[in-house]
Amino acid sequence: MSDAAAADSCVSGAYLVRSMRLLIIEDDRDAADYLVKAFREVGHVADHAADGEEGLALALDGGYDVLIVDRMLPKLDGLAVIGRLRAKNVATPALILSALGAVDDRVRGLRAGGDDYLPKPYSFSELLARVEVLARRHVGRGGETLYRVADLELDRLSHRVVRGKEEILLQPREFRLLEYLMKHAGQVVTRTMLLENVWDYHFDPQTNVIDVHISRLRSKIDKGFAQPLLHTVRGAGYMIRDGAR
Amino acid sequence: MTALGKLLRTTAFQLTLVYLVVFALFAAFLLGYFALNTRRLINEQIVAIVDAELQLLQVQYNEAGVRRLVGIVGVRSRRPGSSLYLVTTPTGEGLAGNVGSLEPGVLESEGWVETAYRRLEEPESTEHNALVRVVRLPGGIRILVGRDLDERERMFHIVALAGRWSVAIVIVLGVIGGVFVSRRVLKRVDAMTGTAQTIMAGDLSGRLSVIGSGDEFDRLALNLNGMLERIESLMRGLKEVTDNVAHDLKTPLTRLRNRCEAALRTAKTEADFRRVLEESIEESDGLIRTFDALLMIARAESGEVREGMAEFDVSEVARDVSELYEPLAEDKGLTLEVEATKRAAVKGNRELVSQALANLVDNAIKYAAPVAKQPSGAGNGERGGILVKADTEQDRVVLTVSDRGPGIPQDDRSRVVERFVRLEQSRSLPGSGLGLSLASAVARLHGGELKLEDNAPGLRARISLPRAVMPPQQAA
Repeated sequence: MSDAAAADSCVSGAYLVRSMRLLIIEDDRDAADYLVKAFREVGHVADHAADGEEGLALALDGGYDVLIVDRMLPKLDGLAVIGRLRAKNVATPALILSALGAVDDRVRGLRAGGDDYLPKPYSFSELLARVEVLARRHVGRGGETLYRVADLELDRLSHRVVRGKEEILLQPREFRLLEYLMKHAGQVVTRTMLLENVWDYHFDPQTNVIDVHISRLRSKIDKGFAQPLLHTVRGAGYMIRDGAR
Repeated sequence: MTALGKLLRTTAFQLTLVYLVVFALFAAFLLGYFALNTRRLINEQIVAIVDAELQLLQVQYNEAGVRRLVGIVGVRSRRPGSSLYLVTTPTGEGLAGNVGSLEPGVLESEGWVETAYRRLEEPESTEHNALVRVVRLPGGIRILVGRDLDERERMFHIVALAGRWSVAIVIVLGVIGGVFVSRRVLKRVDAMTGTAQTIMAGDLSGRLSVIGSGDEFDRLALNLNGMLERIESLMRGLKEVTDNVAHDLKTPLTRLRNRCEAALRTAKTEADFRRVLEESIEESDGLIRTFDALLMIARAESGEVREGMAEFDVSEVARDVSELYEPLAEDKGLTLEVEATKRAAVKGNRELVSQALANLVDNAIKYAAPVAKQPSGAGNGERGGILVKADTEQDRVVLTVSDRGPGIPQDDRSRVVERFVRLEQSRSLPGSGLGLSLASAVARLHGGELKLEDNAPGLRARISLPRAVMPPQQAA
C-alpha cells in the first residue's frame, strides 16, 4: 500500500512538470466530463466541445497543446475535423479516440492527419501518457543525437550506451527500447506505447512480454548502481527519470 | 395469381411472344416483297408483249391500211388463250377483235389502263380484268391490245394464302413452344422458390435440387447451395459464439458484480475498497481483451482486413515474434529457438500474421512451461525447447511452433481451434480461449490453414500460407 502511494506521488510529481491546455472533442457528455475532471486533477486545463463544428472552431482559435478527438462526432466527423485543421496548417498534435479499434481504422486515422490513435475503452493512465508524449513531441526532442539521464548516456549515432564510466552492451532491440524511454525521459511510457513504437505491433500479446524485456534492460542499466533510473509506474507503465532531481 | 397468369408472366413466355411477332413480321415482309416483285414482273411481261404486238399492228396499218389491220386482228383474235384485240372506227364502232365489252371511257383515253372486260365469244361469263393499251392511229382508227390479268391475280392469291398459313403456323408453333419452355422454366423456378421459402422460414438445412443436366439452372442451384452451405456454417458459428460469449463473458461479469456487491457489504477500510476496485479494473481489462479478440476474429473471418494486404517476409515475422517472446520463455525456464533464414514471401497482413504467431508462441510458453510447483531441475529439463520455424514448401510458406509440453490429445485437436474452447486441464491458466481461434481465422483469411500435430511429445502448431509470387531475382 505504502509502495503504491509512493509511486502515485512521484507519478503526479512527474506529470506536473508542465501544465497543458487540452481540447476534448467528444459527444458523450459523461465521458467528456470524466476526462475534463481527470485532467484537471493532474494539473492540466481541458476544454470540451460537444460536436465537430464547435471543436473545429475552438481548435482554430489555437492555444491548445493537444487535441483529443473522438472518431465519430455529430455535425463533423472526427477525421474531417483533423483534416480541415491540417488543411489550414494548424499542426496541433491530435489523438484520435475510436470505438472501432481495428487495424485499418488506425491506419485511416493516422493518414487523415492524426498523430496517435487510442481504441476505446482505454485507461486514463494510457491516455494521459500518450497526451504527455504528444505535447512534448510538439516542443521537439527528436533532433538530439545524445540522450542523457543522470549518469546514463545514449548516443544515437554511434549506438553506444554508457553509465558512469562503464559502457553497457545492449541488443539492438534493447537499444531501441532504451532510446524510446530516454527520448521521453520523465514521462510515463505505457506497455502498449512500447509495443507500438519499439516493436511496431498494435495487438495485445496476452502475456506481459514487455515486463520481461524491461526487467532485462533494468538488469543491464541499473544493476550495480546505487540510484535506479528505470522505474515502474504502477497501473500505468514505465519511466526513466533522474531520481535525485 | 392464376396458373395461366403465371405462365404469361414468365420471361420465357414473354421472350417467345417477342420472337413470335418478329418472325411473323419477317415472314409477312418476305412474302409481301415476293408478291410485289412477282406482280411487277408479270406486268413488265404483259407490257412487253402488248407493246410488241401494237408495234407490229401499227407497221401493218401504215404499210397496208385498215383492211390488212382488220385481217390480222381477226386471225389473231381467234387463237386460243390469245391477247385481247379491238379495232374501232373513229366513232367507236368495232371493226375487229375479241373484246365484247369494256368499262366505259377506256377507248377514249390513249395509254395504259386496267379495265374489266368480257370476251366477244362468251358474253355471259363473268368479267375479267385486263391490262390494255389504246393507240390512236393516223386517220382516227383506234387499236386496243391487252392481256388478261388472271395469271397475275392467281399468283397473288397463292402468295397471300401461303402468307396467311405461314403466319398462322408460326404463331401456333411459337405459342406451343413458349408454353412448353415457360412451363419447364416455371417448374424449376417453382421448386427453387419452394426451397427458398422453407429456408426463409428458418430451416437452413434445405438445399435446391440439382437434376444433373448441367444446364444454367443446375449451375445456379449448385452455386446457391454453396452459398447456403457457407451461410449455414456461418450461422452455426455465430450461434456457437453467442452461446460461448454468453457463457464466457457472463462468468467474469458475474464475478465482477459479486465482488463489488461483497465489497459494499463487507469492506470497511479504504484499503479494502481500493483492493476491490483494482481487482475490478483488472477483470474489466480481461473482458475488454476478450472482446477485442472476438472482434479481431470476426473481422478476419469477414475478410474485412483484406484491403490492407501487402507482401512481407514471414521469416522476418518469425524472428521478430521470437525475439519478443524469448525473454519470457527464458523466464519460464524454457529455451526458444528460431529457424528462419530463408526469405518466405507472403501477401497479406503482417500485423495479423504476427499476432497469430504470437498467440501460438504464447500458448507454447504457457503450456510447455515446467509446472512451478515441482522443484526445478526435477526431470523437467527435457521439456525445455520451443522451436519457431519458417520455411517454404513448394508453393506454401509454413510457420511451425513446436513445444515439448503435454500436447493436445488427438480427439481434441480440431475442437481447441474453435472459439472459447479450453480443455479442462488448462482452465486454471489465464487466457481467453481465443488464441488458437484467431490464429486459425488469420490463416484462413490468407487462404491457408492452421493444423495441430503431434510433436511426440508436445504439440506442433503449423500455419501454412500460400506463397507470394516472388520477383525473378528472388526465385533464383
